[in-house]
Amino acid sequence: MGVSRRQFFKSVAGTIAYAAVVSAVPARLFAAWNQPAFTSETLAAAIAAKYGNMPIEESSAIQIKSPEIAENGAYVPVSIATTIAGASSISVFSEANFSPLVASFNIMPRMKPDVSLRLRMAKTANIIVLVQAGGKLYRTVREVKVTIGGCGG
Amino acid sequence: MKIKAIAKDNVVSVKILIQHVMETGRRKDETGKIVPGHYITEINAQHKGEIVFQAEVGPGVSKDPYLAFQFTGGAVGETISISWVDSKGGTEKTDSIISAM
Repeated sequence: MGVSRRQFFKSVAGTIAYAAVVSAVPARLFAAWNQPAFTSETLAAAIAAKYGNMPIEESSAIQIKSPEIAENGAYVPVSIATTIAGASSISVFSEANFSPLVASFNIMPRMKPDVSLRLRMAKTANIIVLVQAGGKLYRTVREVKVTIGGCGG
Repeated sequence: MKIKAIAKDNVVSVKILIQHVMETGRRKDETGKIVPGHYITEINAQHKGEIVFQAEVGPGVSKDPYLAFQFTGGAVGETISISWVDSKGGTEKTDSIISAM
């Protein structure tokens, strides 16, 4: 029988709708995704892929809000804010994950250095936040105890 | 995609909830086969033609990603556009009107 008339029109309509959505998002909106940083399997390698060998300094001007104990590692709510002047990016790492880099935010001119997200944690580990400002990195670490790991296998 | 954008004193607080599997590429299905990776890689927000939020994410972000951020210079009734792209080239763009508290 092959493709019925109805199915044919359905699939054509679907293709057109999909093409319309794709073309509505201009490519320039998306800065090239840093694949090496997101696929690095150690914290040090992920930091090097993201920031090179910028000097890192411990900082008390970064606040990490997260539960002390996360029952489900699949959904760990984390909020990050900083008062460091001239912050240009914030990156969040979960030390024990297979790929430690979770997310990286570019602080745009009108954006406040204050973000929240939900992330996966393989097991009890440190969440490490790096803030880039003026060719330097500032670091704050917070441990989250995870009852059930959230990386599935 | 669900977006809630609220303006107060020139600051807009935005909360985004995206429906996405965020498959890490490391999970096995019931038959023991690896489920191929499929996750969002970039998320942006635009207001008045300017990018006000730019995030790169990986498979460490939870399924159905939730994100929140704030930006200045927005007012009630104006539009904010959120777009994302994923590792398979999938993409979505949604507009939302900024509301009052």
